[in-house]
Amino acid sequence: MPTMNMLQAINNALDIAMAEDDKVLCFGEDVGIFGGVFRATSHLQEKYGRTRCFNTPLVEQGILGFANGLAAQGSVPVAEIQFADYIFPAFDQIVNETAKFRYRSGDLFNVGGLTIRAPYGGGISGGLYHSQSPEAYFAHTPGLKIAVPRNPYQAKGLLLAAIRDPDPVLFFEPKRLYRASTGEVPEEDYQLPIGEAEVTREGTDVTVLGWGAQMEVIDRAVELAEKEGISCEVIDLRSILPWDEESVVESVLKTGRLVITHEAPLTGGFAGEIAATVQERCFLYLESPIARVTGLDTPFPLTLEKEYLPDHLKVFEAIRASVAF
Amino acid sequence: MTTTQDIHSPQFLSGDEFSIPTFRLLKQDGSLYDGAEAPELSREQALKIYHTMVATRVLDERMMAAQRQGRLSFYMQCTGEEAAVIGATAALDDADMIMAQYREQGALVYRGFSYDEFMNQLFGNELDYGKGRQMPIHYGSRKLHYMTISSPLATQIPQAAGYAYGQKLAGEGHCTLCFFGEGAASEGDFHAALNMAAVHEVPVIFFCRNNGYAISTPSIEQFAADGVAPRAFGYRMHVIRVDGNDILAVLSATREARRIAVEHNKPVLIEAMSYRLAAHSSSDDPSGYRSKKEEEAWREKDPILRMQHWLTEQGWWNDDEEKALQESLRREVLETMKRAEKRPPPPLDSLVSDVYADVTPALQRQLDRLKTHIRQYPESYPKGARSLDPDVKVREDASQGGE
Repeated sequence: MPTMNMLQAINNALDIAMAEDDKVLCFGEDVGIFGGVFRATSHLQEKYGRTRCFNTPLVEQGILGFANGLAAQGSVPVAEIQFADYIFPAFDQIVNETAKFRYRSGDLFNVGGLTIRAPYGGGISGGLYHSQSPEAYFAHTPGLKIAVPRNPYQAKGLLLAAIRDPDPVLFFEPKRLYRASTGEVPEEDYQLPIGEAEVTREGTDVTVLGWGAQMEVIDRAVELAEKEGISCEVIDLRSILPWDEESVVESVLKTGRLVITHEAPLTGGFAGEIAATVQERCFLYLESPIARVTGLDTPFPLTLEKEYLPDHLKVFEAIRASVAF
Repeated sequence: MTTTQDIHSPQFLSGDEFSIPTFRLLKQDGSLYDGAEAPELSREQALKIYHTMVATRVLDERMMAAQRQGRLSFYMQCTGEEAAVIGATAALDDADMIMAQYREQGALVYRGFSYDEFMNQLFGNELDYGKGRQMPIHYGSRKLHYMTISSPLATQIPQAAGYAYGQKLAGEGHCTLCFFGEGAASEGDFHAALNMAAVHEVPVIFFCRNNGYAISTPSIEQFAADGVAPRAFGYRMHVIRVDGNDILAVLSATREARRIAVEHNKPVLIEAMSYRLAAHSSSDDPSGYRSKKEEEAWREKDPILRMQHWLTEQGWWNDDEEKALQESLRREVLETMKRAEKRPPPPLDSLVSDVYADVTPALQRQLDRLKTHIRQYPESYPKGARSLDPDVKVREDASQGGE
């Protein structure tokens, strides 16, 4: 099995999807001959031509408007927003159009073919505008699906599933993993389920939950905790919307403790939604308050990025506090 | 790409170098302008266009009256702009996609959307294709290639560019026509759409209905330029300004636009100059922002009368036929309205369907909780309660509480 980094896995998924179906189109700013600023679309234009892989003008609302129209027509657009921080000019097209297309037409029309890819998250000294994790804004919008992969294997399987999913999917790619995360990735076509979490480590004392690049952070924290004799169950949520309540609840019923971590700010972050649901369904089983380890309620900083980020030490401390409560 | 010559003193251009003419064929009395030639138009298609215009006007008048009687929550009229909307539609292939704003019901009438279908949407009953989810006038029809209306303005414009790009790749010779108002053309989506359509060479016709007002805001406060048409130069796009009350000019211009779009994969902008004779919507009162005198001046340019005069000159139409048509349409509107009003609302389960292709488990749980609650207080939720348990007797006077 070949070893790939996350970019290669994403590129490979796009290649498979485009080879399989002529209706699959990849476009966005600089995604043409240049292959995207991170090279996720490398060689796709050479292989599939300028009509199927192309640059767009620099206008996010236009990219998503165009993509919505293509998807409604029956094409399978994979639109790239160069950084998740720049998705907001397209917010109206995504929230009022993409998400509501099927519902408002009574299923006469839908944009289920649409996948929106966006590099996301911090840890690359990107400051305010190359670091944000905006999943919570979109999680508040019924009609969208949201997936975040934690490694190259997951990225390929989830992206192929997103492209073929009957509903529009926002696919957030943790960009600090693009080249840093490598692993074995099958060359053949495979899909991983949207909407299903994965228990990546079984344990009995505390459930530690995250997604995307936080999964590496969690693994390091858990290593420290296990040394202290704390048995951790680790869950990668993988999909923010719809999210896998059952897997999380089942785990917390067993461990009685939950630590949730994400890079985005605390207030209104998706951890709050998970915590509310878990306390509702696991109230009498909880041994300690549900802990949230997140970014601060500030814009994303630059020089003090390390201080801001919910790193393994902060997660480790939250695990200890939860168990010692 | 920029092509330019050098100058060596700072000479500015203001845009006034361009003067955009208005294409007109038909005078108000039904005769053609000197040198004007009517487009090829059979008696059959001419009468179909005319019937559509009258059917749209009658529908609008009766439904606005129904709204005033409290039978309908909301309504919007096409009145005054029938030639622009229907002329453009008549120039298309029936399989071309139309992505409209909200005032273009004439396009649907032309393609065969029945009064029953209109009424089912207006009353949001169980037969509404949109399952009672959107406010009145948000029609859509897959079989008639008419995209379901969306309230946010201008969002359909870049979508039309994308849809047309897909049509180009499909290679079946179809295009998309996108309607919008001169007010919506101020939205960012308009500019995004025109630029992308020009860059990617898509077969789309951007049809601007310049009707003078965005609710109360006159076009003079909407843009400083000479209308919307000059913007096409900035995107290097074919453009024409047409008298929007002149059915022959609109038909002719849109046919040519369609040829450019489909044969050359080039987008076209059409600016149809017209006037919104009615209020913006049933919630608006134009007396607060424009004069009766101004309205009267435009009433004299009524596009339906203009076409009627032309048809009469051709010997294709007479007063008796006019009277019979008006009467039969009025009767049909009233009958279909009564039918639609009586139909039950969509079932409770439709509250959660179509959010996704399949109802998610979490959403199913929310619906189940709601059902339990409704069964506890059926009189407070008469529509939902009836749909859950058709035998439940809900007092008629309770129905107001659940509106």
